[in-house]
Amino acid sequence: MNALIVVPTSTWYLLLSAVLFTIGTVGVLVRRNPLVMFMCIELMLNAVNLTFVTLGRRLNDINGQAIVFFVLVVAAAEVVVGLGIIVAIMRRRSGITVDDLAELKG
Amino acid sequence: MELFVFVCATVMIIVGALGVVLRKHPVHAALSLVLTLFGIAVMFVAQHAEFLAAVQVIVYAGAIVVLFLFVIMLLGVDQVENLKTEPLAGQRWVAGVVGVCLLGLLGAAIYTGADSVIARGEGIASNVAGDNPDANIQQLASSIFSDYVMAFEVTSILLVVAVVGTVLLARRRTAGKQQTAGAAK
Repeated sequence: MNALIVVPTSTWYLLLSAVLFTIGTVGVLVRRNPLVMFMCIELMLNAVNLTFVTLGRRLNDINGQAIVFFVLVVAAAEVVVGLGIIVAIMRRRSGITVDDLAELKG
Repeated sequence: MELFVFVCATVMIIVGALGVVLRKHPVHAALSLVLTLFGIAVMFVAQHAEFLAAVQVIVYAGAIVVLFLFVIMLLGVDQVENLKTEPLAGQRWVAGVVGVCLLGLLGAAIYTGADSVIARGEGIASNVAGDNPDANIQQLASSIFSDYVMAFEVTSILLVVAVVGTVLLARRRTAGKQQTAGAAK
């Protein structure tokens, strides 16, 4: 390896996951379709997973990868319950955006 | 070589994430999500987390996105969101400001905290070293089944609760909704 070849450091990975998290946040704020909002939440979860793995490698610690394993399981359960709720709501009404769900507004 | 992999995976991740946010058709957004998830899996492989890369592809791309597509098809694929009109006045502008602020904060935190991270773990076994091809899986398994065995058991309870709750939520009237619970398992 000569000096011209740049090896990506863990800071690069962390910055990438920060960008990914920001895109997911903006997506949740902007989009009105509940399914797409869920996908944006998945983007944020994946950004956090990438952060865990990167810091696990940086700290020389396997526990970062173990936590990602649990995050995957919780994300799967969250998607299942969330989509079940969306299907149950959409069956009662035809509107597709979350703006139509204003019944709980006081 | 690692730089090349990093650049390619970064392009995959960013293009996919922007596709999720900007595509107005939900099916296109779901397929863009698959692109992002594969990019993340490539990043996991590049950081010697091979088992997590496999789980990422199987669980996320194989199960969760399929679940999303199931629900999209169930609710009707022709419902395209109108992205031209803004439902709340000034909402996108505020969202952009929030995004820029969040990115600035995260970047500042990464740069200021970069030097305070000190390697203190007992090391990550790597498959690249050559002598043990299953080193990553063995080390991860010994961590999960010894240090985190309690959390692992609680996870099984969480999955049972999620499956039962979804069946209860989707059970009424039509039988087709059972697919969502069945695909979850």
